[in-house]
Amino acid sequence: MSLTAKDVAEIMRLLEQSSFNSLSIEIDGVKLNLQRGSAAPIQQAVLSAPSTESLQPVQSAPPRAKPPSEPGLSEVASPLLGIFYRAPKPGEPPFVEVGSKVEEDTVVGIIEVMKLMNSVCAGVKGEVVEILVDNAALVEYDEILLRLRPGA
Amino acid sequence: MAIRRILIANRGEIALRVIRTCRTLAIETVLAASVADLDSLPARLADRTLCIGPPRPSDSYLRENTIVQAALGVKADAIHPGYGFLSERAILARLCEQEGVIFIGPTAAQIEAVGDKLRARAEAESAGVPTAPGGAVENVREAMVLGREIGPPLLIKAVGGGGGRGMKRVDRLEDIPSAMELAGAEAGAAFGDARVYLERFVERGRHVEVQILGDGNGRVVHLGERDCSVQRRYQKLIEETPAPGISADFRARLHSAAVQFAERLCYRSAGTVEFLVDLERDAFYFLEMNARIQVEHPVTEAVTGTDLVAEQIAIADGRGLRLKQDEIRREGCAIECRINAEDPARDFQPSPGTVRTAVWPSGEGVRVDTHIVSGSRIPPYYDSLMAKIIVHAADRPAALERMRRALAATRIEGVATNLAFHADALTDPEFETGGVDTSYLPRFLQRRRLAQEVRAHG
Repeated sequence: MSLTAKDVAEIMRLLEQSSFNSLSIEIDGVKLNLQRGSAAPIQQAVLSAPSTESLQPVQSAPPRAKPPSEPGLSEVASPLLGIFYRAPKPGEPPFVEVGSKVEEDTVVGIIEVMKLMNSVCAGVKGEVVEILVDNAALVEYDEILLRLRPGA
Repeated sequence: MAIRRILIANRGEIALRVIRTCRTLAIETVLAASVADLDSLPARLADRTLCIGPPRPSDSYLRENTIVQAALGVKADAIHPGYGFLSERAILARLCEQEGVIFIGPTAAQIEAVGDKLRARAEAESAGVPTAPGGAVENVREAMVLGREIGPPLLIKAVGGGGGRGMKRVDRLEDIPSAMELAGAEAGAAFGDARVYLERFVERGRHVEVQILGDGNGRVVHLGERDCSVQRRYQKLIEETPAPGISADFRARLHSAAVQFAERLCYRSAGTVEFLVDLERDAFYFLEMNARIQVEHPVTEAVTGTDLVAEQIAIADGRGLRLKQDEIRREGCAIECRINAEDPARDFQPSPGTVRTAVWPSGEGVRVDTHIVSGSRIPPYYDSLMAKIIVHAADRPAALERMRRALAATRIEGVATNLAFHADALTDPEFETGGVDTSYLPRFLQRRRLAQEVRAHG
């Protein structure tokens, strides 16, 4: 038995409806850690009808990645909005881990858009230093997925 | 089920408009925005903003898979498509139906039924709604026969067109073959459907449309009409309700024709049935149905005191029609001016850029729907609509006066706008009298140009 993307979605739905805030399960070596609350409102601004005076913008850039752990790292950004997968299939080892050596064309993850799988390549030769996105998380266009230390 | 979180698949003032209603309903909003709109006012005011792609609409706002994936990813219960972009693409509504996401709008089948203009025409005929003399023509020979029967001037229209796109006017029967060929080729390229049909061209026509709401089970109410005859190349600039100078009987016939049409489709959500009012023949003809919330919906909200977006959400949520026909009252007169970032001195060319200063009017009977504040950027990738100024007053003269004051209180610096054009139109005797036809605007612009030249040389 292996865990499909649909299963994960179903588990997430169940968690959403439950009164629990997090869930950890392990099936056939696949670990799944879910945490509720990622879609909570980020900010509140007063917005009242017709007057435009109340429409003063609240500064809030979209969530950006945490700062890099060292200078000179190169970033791999998501080419699409979609679901990020670190492994080719559930239960299989991830494409890369921190410390993995990659070539320009090494696949580092998959972005799923409505069952269409798009592979993401490293783009540069080097070593994986940071992986910023959890498996099966929704990523936005241009969101930073990982950071690499370029080099031989 | 109760809708608790809505993904807004749009931008600009309509995105903000939907956010505003969601706030009053305590519904969370997630805005799907392109890179170019990440620092826009709607992006800042939505509960959450997702970056869906690069600026070009074909890479972001027009990607139905990305939109639905985003809705699933944030567990949105529903998608509000706004107007334009994917709002009338059956493919998005169908994808939502398949994925269990509520589409705040009509069914995919209804979008298809009104998107095919010939089919819509046939539905109108079946519903007993008058259509302009005309019909489908498969080849030049058929077009010549039908053209002779109706008599020129004629319009050759694309079956997949709408909103003025894919139309050719023919004044002499001998021009039919060349116009047919051109129209077919253009329609094939623009809509992927080369089919065309023929209709009588109405010289002195007014564009009057009726706002309806349907529950999807056959119940339909109307919220009165809007006169949108002030158009430039089929782009509406000023809209008002009620339509001036139309008899109560004629108005009632328009309303019931719209309801009959929507009932026949078992239409769900907010929609607009457009008619061409033929002044010379004292008749009206079905033009098309717009299966979305429209830009000019606020004038209807002003006189009826309703929130059409809230009604759309209620219908989508399965709560049906909350308004009975006899509960819908229309009071006073409302006018809307569309303020666009375009330069009237350069043939209304769009003028994107950064708005240095934006001062909008406010006060009793004045509403401004806008996403523009001082410092806002107007990207070149999208339409140039900056704001809609809507006024409401007891009668038309009072509404005109209120609009003049509202326009005078508006100040925009940094980009060219059509503000001065609106100010002039609002004092033009012909418009002041009311009831202008769709040929009014070009005529007015020419008069205005002449007056400006006289001023410059005198």
